[in-house]
Formats: sequence, structure tokens, C-alpha cells
Amino acid sequence: MGNKQTIFTDEQLDAYQDCTFFTRKEILRLHGRYHELAPHLVPMDYTNDPDVKVPLALIVNMPELKENPFRNRIVESFSEDGLGNLSFNDFVDMFSVLSEMAPRELKAIYAFKIYDFNVDNFICKEDLEKTLNKLTKEELTPEEVNLVCEKAIEESDLDGDNKLSFADFENMISRAPDFLSSLHLQHLSDTLIQNDLQSVVTGTVPPWSNSGLNVYLRDTMVVSRT
Amino acid sequence: MPRHKLVASESDVSIEVDADFTEDRVREVKNERNPKAKERDTKRKLEIHKTTEQKTENKKRKRSHSKQRGKRNIDDEDKGGEQISKQKKNRKNKKTKKLLTEEAEGEGYITKQKKKRRPQVDEENANATKQMTPEGPPKKKKRAKVQVESSSESEDSSSEKESSEEEEWKVTALTPEELEKLKEAVDEKKKLITILRGKPWPMLKKLQTLKESHDFLEKFEGALGKGKAKKLYAYKVMMLKRWMKFQRDFENFKTACIPWEMKIKDIESHFGSSVASYFIFLRWMYGINMILFGLTFGLVMVPEALMGKPYGSMPRKTVPRAEQASAMDFAVLWDFGGYAKYSVLFYGYYNSQRAIGWLKFRMPLSYFLVGVGTVAYSYMVVIRTMARNANEQGGGDDTNFNFSWKMFTSWDYLIGNPETADNKFASITTSFKEAIVEEQESRKDDNIHLTRFFRVLANFLVLCCLAGSGYLIYFVVRRSQKFALEGLENYGWWERNEVNMVMSLLGMFCPMLFDVISNLENYHPRIALQWQLGRIFALFLGNLYTFIIALMDEINLKRKEEETVKLNMTVWMANLHNGTLAENSTAPPITADPADVPRGPCWETMVGQEFVRLIISDTMTTYITLLIGDFLRAVMVRFFNYCWCWDLEYGFPSYSEFDVSGNVLGLIFNQGMIWMGAFYAPCLPALNVLRLHVSMYLQCWAVMCCNVPQERVFKASGSNNFYMAMLLVILFLSTLPAIYTIVSIPPSFDCGPFSGKNRMFDVIQETLEMDFPAWFGKVFSYASNPGLVLPFLLLMVLAIYYLQSTSKTYKKANAELKKKLQAQNEENKKKNKRAALKASDPEEARNSASEQQWHQINNNASKKEMDTWGCERGQNQHVTTCTRQSAAVKRQCGPADLHNPSTRPPPAQRNPATHGYLPGNPHQPSLRMQRTSSLKLQ
Repeated sequence: MGNKQTIFTDEQLDAYQDCTFFTRKEILRLHGRYHELAPHLVPMDYTNDPDVKVPLALIVNMPELKENPFRNRIVESFSEDGLGNLSFNDFVDMFSVLSEMAPRELKAIYAFKIYDFNVDNFICKEDLEKTLNKLTKEELTPEEVNLVCEKAIEESDLDGDNKLSFADFENMISRAPDFLSSLHLQHLSDTLIQNDLQSVVTGTVPPWSNSGLNVYLRDTMVVSRT
Repeated sequence: MPRHKLVASESDVSIEVDADFTEDRVREVKNERNPKAKERDTKRKLEIHKTTEQKTENKKRKRSHSKQRGKRNIDDEDKGGEQISKQKKNRKNKKTKKLLTEEAEGEGYITKQKKKRRPQVDEENANATKQMTPEGPPKKKKRAKVQVESSSESEDSSSEKESSEEEEWKVTALTPEELEKLKEAVDEKKKLITILRGKPWPMLKKLQTLKESHDFLEKFEGALGKGKAKKLYAYKVMMLKRWMKFQRDFENFKTACIPWEMKIKDIESHFGSSVASYFIFLRWMYGINMILFGLTFGLVMVPEALMGKPYGSMPRKTVPRAEQASAMDFAVLWDFGGYAKYSVLFYGYYNSQRAIGWLKFRMPLSYFLVGVGTVAYSYMVVIRTMARNANEQGGGDDTNFNFSWKMFTSWDYLIGNPETADNKFASITTSFKEAIVEEQESRKDDNIHLTRFFRVLANFLVLCCLAGSGYLIYFVVRRSQKFALEGLENYGWWERNEVNMVMSLLGMFCPMLFDVISNLENYHPRIALQWQLGRIFALFLGNLYTFIIALMDEINLKRKEEETVKLNMTVWMANLHNGTLAENSTAPPITADPADVPRGPCWETMVGQEFVRLIISDTMTTYITLLIGDFLRAVMVRFFNYCWCWDLEYGFPSYSEFDVSGNVLGLIFNQGMIWMGAFYAPCLPALNVLRLHVSMYLQCWAVMCCNVPQERVFKASGSNNFYMAMLLVILFLSTLPAIYTIVSIPPSFDCGPFSGKNRMFDVIQETLEMDFPAWFGKVFSYASNPGLVLPFLLLMVLAIYYLQSTSKTYKKANAELKKKLQAQNEENKKKNKRAALKASDPEEARNSASEQQWHQINNNASKKEMDTWGCERGQNQHVTTCTRQSAAVKRQCGPADLHNPSTRPPPAQRNPATHGYLPGNPHQPSLRMQRTSSLKLQ
């Protein structure tokens, strides 16, 4: 493999490539990210499929997910136990489904799972309210929320049961122009953001010399001001 | 073994049917299955919905099946049963169309499996199979309808089936037809492997399935074929594997080769997809320019530089005596004068010699074809990209799902930066509020007249701006011509660069002005953005075309000058001859240094130079604005904030936003200039590649370092084709003048590859005459005669017309179907509501239940009904109504037909078009379940 340390066997990598939309390099990078989440927990050597799971709290803090209002739901719907503990397989699965190459149908299935907060296989009004409140940070009044949810159900509920089944959801989402592009997630180059943060903390780097730093600087300043 | 699995997974559900058989099988399975598989099996069992209704449903169905089976068995033993099961499956297939596609595949696959197994099973097995066939489909159907997760079940079981089938295959000998079937199975496996990544299964399951299928393939791929055929097959398989491996490696390599991927992803995660879309566009443009550069560099510049006559060998390749003193000055070179002008960078340097070097390279022909080829290639790429984008976008024109879409697709999952996220939250909230207001239609147009007045005023102001800028450019260009006539040496830097500077400055300040003006209009931001884009587009276009018109004037002037030079030339030649004749009559006639020979103004080089200068100044302005407007501003805001009286960061100057639309427009116009000028200055693509390369780094850095995310975060996907369309328009508009000059203006007499010809395209004719056999020329002349070309054109026009009208018809039909579907949905909804109302009133329900229910059953019954029925069941009275009703139904249809409702009398209002997503479909089995359960009550 050329690496100094074997993380996966070639067969494993091939299998992962068959099962996901990733290239070899990306899978290795994903493993890097996974390892980073819990360095004590996750071994570097994955050739013998260790049974390791990283808890939800750690995964949710990944920069890709940190700002996502649905982060908990995303992680939960990809975990095998439904509680948000992800094994490496689940982890890869999550990024694969949310990658650019994943087809619409697949994304629709998982999107349904994500928005189905109470896991009853229907998106009911309660789910919609939760979704809306997360999207708007609860800035809409209860009447407005109610109205929007009712409208949404009215629009896409074909069978008139006042909740959205997967068929309804798929029918609605398959025509959405933005759906494919909206449900993307990507793994960044692993250390970029952390580097930025570190340099901000240590104060070794001038503000314009590093990418994205400015933004972080501003954030930290806002924090210190408040 | 399929039936092992099926029975095993079913064994917890069905006890009464085939109990002995089941146990028997389970024992067998235990021997075969490894603990892992067992564990998986139990897991799967857990996944299956284990509601009591389903269990009873299963039992019921099985009972009916066994009845039916008994009947069939009397008629004909094996074949009939098989056919029936197949038929049934077909019907089921039709009914479950709604399921995911792979589901359907899986089902077909199972059918095949069954077919395959049949011939080689012995008596006992045959018995088992017969028992299995009716069981398979219902089970699958139950799973399919229940929920999303279970949609994969049947597929899974099919694959497991296969893996356990290996054992059977080992023992039996392979007959040709079995081989055929095995081959089929192998192909199926392969297909499964290729589509595996699209399955909504957990990764563990995928990996296991993959492993199993790989094992299967390994075992049986070699077994196919006999003797030589076997070897050949093995070889083929091996090569195929290698090929796959190679493909995968190549794919990996390809993705590794995509430049700036990380950079763009990085930006994407900070600023959302719209800013990233600009960089993706930039990269795409870079790719195109690389190819244009490759064409011009490889086929025009390099051959001329290597094989053409060297510098100084003829007048067109030599700096004239008057300019030689300053030809190496930086100021001159920077203006692309001096040595730069007399080099391969410009049209004038090229020689009109037909074939150059030892390769006999046809230089003029190559020059012409490359010029045409770049344009043709650009057209092709742009149109292809547009078509692809249009395909990807799908039918996004449906506005019925306003709120749902807003709710489910408005969050951009790429956002990873808190500030962008905040902005996004805010913009989503406002968009919801706007939508609510629109929905309530309570927005009072408080002063529509004032708004209208402002809009008219704004448009008037913008028009004034446009006209003013157009006039300014025209004025400046005319002035520069005056300067040029008087000799540029007398003027300073500003006079020489006036045109470019004015154009760049206009391009910089007018958009800002438009932005200010558009505040008057009070449009929705999305519409405002489009207006803004349209205005900037008009401005740029106007400027460009004024520039071109001025250039045309100049070309005409130069051509007049050329006439006088030609006259002078003959005089000069005569003088030269006279001089030499007097001295030495035997010497060759021309001895003058090429630098001294008088020469024409060569308007082509002039045009090329103008474009190059324009590009350079444009690039410089962009970079300088970037440095001053973004970087310096950010630094100032950042550092002066410590000692300033108000908050600079959130107050007035603030950090700048990244202006996606303006940048995209700049890029598009830059490309337009490249297309226009590339024919006369082959160096333009190279320059542009350089520019784009630097831009990429510079802008990436600037964005990450000194810009803040936009306040209104727009999604990029919708506007992609908008940009492409603009690019196409620009491409068309920029090729127009180029083609006009090529076709209608005769080339200069003493410079460039076409010198001495009447028109530039004569080079084609010349090649046809000299390089091709005579018959080819004849054929070509026949083919190009109007008698053939006109009908051909007519045919093409007709074809276009036909295609367009068919597409229009399709669109219409599509809309019609959509309308129908909607009407159907509405009707369904209403009906369901009515049913619910009636159901809540027991007395009424009893009266009308029979009619109502009959109607419902026929009419793709839906979930709503299920609920109402559910509550009916809660009340005793209704149970009786219900059962009575369904019993009546049953009597009417006959027991055998119960599991295939499609044979019932045709429903009154079934609409075939609505099959796809009709609400009733997924729940049909559960409807049946209700009926069967009521049967049991009976």
C-alpha cells in the first residue's frame, strides 16, 4: 500500500469502494477523520474489523455537522442501534449517502429517515414542527409554524391521512430542484479547520496568512466581547 | 438455500402451515449455516414488522394459497403450478410498481432463481418448492409495502438464496441449460455488485452481500463453459476483472487529477454552495481554455516557431528599422509592441508558405482550421454542459410544493461555518415569513403607484448609464484613433491606455451604480439579482460592441492605408530594381534588408494587439480591485477596529462580501473576448490560462481571508444554467464579428498566413485542389453546389421543426397527466375525508357502508381508509358491517382470486397514469389484510 502503517487490507478497500461512492484515498481519509474523533477508542489498524463505536456526542461535533440543525438526526438515522453510536461502517455509509455521487432515490430514503424524528415511518405534523423549528431557530410564532406545517402536509399528502408516508415524501422530494444539491455533506481535509483554530489560540499566525482564519478570529472576538 | 431462509424467517410467523416441513428445513439450515448468518437472520427477523395483523394476514393468505394449490395440483402437477406462480408474480409486479426499482429487480431475480432450480430438484424438493412458491410473493409483498427499511429485504434474501444454492450446484452435473441459467445467475450477481452502492442498507450488510456474491462468482465463474470454451471463458473473466480493476484505478487517478478540489470543498464548507459554484465554474473555464491553448499552441505556434522561417528572414518577421531602437523597451513590450508584435504571438508573423518544414506542415490550413475548431469546440462543450445541467435539474417547475420544498430542501448541508449558518437561518426564516405572507395574501400594496414610478425611474436611470457608457467608449476610441494618426510617441501613458482603462473603470463602477439604483425598485431579492445580472450583462455587451464598432472603423482606416502602401511599394520596388540594375545586372534583384522594406499596416495584428491589451488591463483591474477593495479593506477594518469610535466590523465599512454574480459575469466576458480575439492573436488562450490560474489562487485566498459569507445565501443549482446560457449568448455574439471579418474582409497583402489570397477561407479551396485527388475536389464541388445544400438545409430545418413539435407535444401530454394526477389526488382526498366523516357517525355508516366500501376497495384504497377502518373495528357494530361487507366481496370474487385483486371487476375510476405514486398502492396488501382478518372473525 505504500503507507507506513496498514490501515486496511486491499480487499477491504476494494469492498468499501464497491459499497460506497468513494475512492480509495477518500476512504483512507475518512478513516483518518474517524480516528481523529476518538483517538483512544479507534485503532489505526482496521484489518481485522474491530468492533468500535464512536458516540453521537463526538460525531456531532465534526465541523461538517456542527452547524447542521439536523445533526443529531443524521447521525441517529445512520447508526445501527438508532441511538447515534456509529461504527466505522456506519460512518462511511453516512458520508457515502451524503456524497455528491449518491443517487436521488438513495438520498430520498435517508432524508426521510432524517426528518422522521419519532421514527414511526411517517413524517407527521409533530416531525414537521420540529423540522421547522430547527430550521428557523424557533423564530416563527406558533401560529405561523402551525400554518406552515398544515400547508406542507396539504401540499404533499396524497392519501389524506394528515401525515407523510415515504411515498408522499418521495413524490414531493423527487421534483425538488434543490434536493440533490442540498443534501450533500463532505469531509474536509482533516486538519484544516483545527489548524486554524490552534493558530488562533496560540496567536502565532497573522490574520491574513491562513485560510478561513479571519472568520474564526471574528468568532473568537465575538465570544470574548460578549 | 432460498427456501431455508424463507422458511426460517417465516417460521416465527407461520406455524400452522407446513409445520413439519419447516422444522425439517430448519434443522437442515442449522447444519449449513454458520453462526454469523444466523445472527443476521435473527436481526432480520427483528426488522420485519411483527404486528399481529400481519401474522394473521400471512396465515390467512397461506391458507388460501394452500387451497388453491390443492386445486391446481389436481389439474396439472408441476408446470401448471409454476406458470401460475409466475403469472401471479407478474401481476404482483404490476401492482407493486411503486416500489423502488431494485425491488422489482429483486423480484424478477427470484422468479428466475425459481425457474432455474426447478429442473434439477427431486421429487421431495419439488414438493417443497410447490409449497414455497405461493409463500414467496406474499411475504415479499408484505415487506415491500410496510416500510422503507424492508424494501431491501427481498433482495437480500435473494442473494442469500444464491449463496446457499452453491451446495446444490456442486452435486449435480451441469447440463447446457443449467449452464445457461448459471450464467444468468452469475450475471445477476455481477449486476448486484455494481448497483450495491446504491442500496439503502447498512454498510455491514452491504459488505456481507458483497462478500457472498464475490464468493459465488469465484466458485462458479470458472465452472462455466467446457473444454476450450471453459478456458476461454476463464480467460475472459480474468480479463474482465483486470479491466474492472484498471477502470477503478483510472477512476481513482482521475479524481486525484481534478485540480483544486480541496480548495473548493474548503470554500464550499465555509461559504455554502453558491460561492463554491463560482470556483467550479472558474475551474471548468480553465479546463476549456487549456484545450483551446493546447490546440493553438500545438498546431499553430509551435510549428511556426520550429519549422517556419526564422526571425529576420522576411519583412513580416522583422521589426521595422524605425522601431528597432525601442523594440526591446519594457514599456513597448508591455504594450505588445516591438519584438512581441513580430513574433508567433500575433497573426502578422505567420508566413503564407503552403507547407513548412520537413513534415510539410500545412501552416495556413492549420491556422484556419484551428481558428474554426476552437469556436466549434467551445460551442459543443457549452451546449453539452447545458443539456446535462438541464437533465440533472429535472422537472423543478412544479410550484405545488412550495412549503414542503422550503422545509425539506432549504438547508444547505455543506455549510460548516457558524456565520454562514446564522445567515442561512435568517434567510430561511425570512423566506418562510414571506411565503406565509404571500399565502395569506394580506400584503397591502401600500403605494403601488409610487413603486411603479420608482421602477420606471430606476430603469430610466439605468438606460442613461448604459447609453452614457456606450458613448464614452465610442468617444474614447475615436480619440485614440486620432492619437494614433498623430503618432503615439507624443502622448503619455494615459492616452495610450485610455480605451482599456475607461472600459475597465466602467465595468467596475457601473455595477455599483446599478446596485444603488436597484434599491429604488423594491423587488424580491431573487428577482432583483436577475435584474442586476441582466443590466451588467447589457453594460458589458454594449461596451464590447462599441469597442468592436470602433475597431471596425479602425480596420477600414488601416485598409485605406494599405492601398497607399501598396502603391508606394511598387514605386519602391521599381527604385530598388533600377538601383541594382545600374550596379550589377547579374545579381538577384532584392538585396535590401527586410527591416527596410516598406510594409502594410496589417490590421489583423492590430486587432489582436487590441484584444491582448484589453485582456491584460482587465486582468490587472480585477486583481487590483481585489487587493484594494477586499484585502486592504479587510486589514483596515481588522486593525483600526481597536482604535476607532464605532464598530468597523459590523458597522459601516465591514468586510466585503463575495460577489458571485459579478465575478461570474466578468469571467464570461473575459472568455468572450478570448473567443473574439483568438483568431488574430494565437497567444490569447495562453494568456487566459495564465490569468485563470492566478485568479484561482488569488481569489481562493481572498475569499477565505478577507470576505464574509453573504447575508442572503442563495443556492447555486438553479442559476447554473443561467450562467451557461449567458456564456452561450456571449459565445455567439463574440463569434459574429470574428466570422464577419474572416468572411468579408480581404486579408492584408503582406502579413499573416493568408496573405496574397482574396479571402481567408480560400485556403480550404486551395487545399482541396492541391492536396486531394481530383475526384475528391469534384465530389466536394458537387456536394457544395446549391442544389444539394439547399435541400439539405431544408431537411435540417424540417427535422428541427419536427423534433421541436414532438417535444412540445410531450410537454403538453406531461402537463395533462400532471393535471389528471392532481385531480385524482384531490378526489381521493375528498373521498377519504367524506369516508372519515361518515365513519365517525355509526348510524350513517351502516346505511351507506356497503356502497362506500365497495367503492373504496376498487378505487386504489388508501391509508386514510385504513385508519377509518381501524376505528370502525374499535366499535363492535362496525366490525360486523365490515365483515359482512368483505364476506360479500369474497363471495363475489371467489376465494381463488383473493390474492390477486386485479382480476376483480375493473374499478370504476382507475387511472393508469396515477399508478406510479398513487396512495393506495403501497397499502393495498394491508387492505387485503383487513379483509382477511375480518374473514377470520367470521
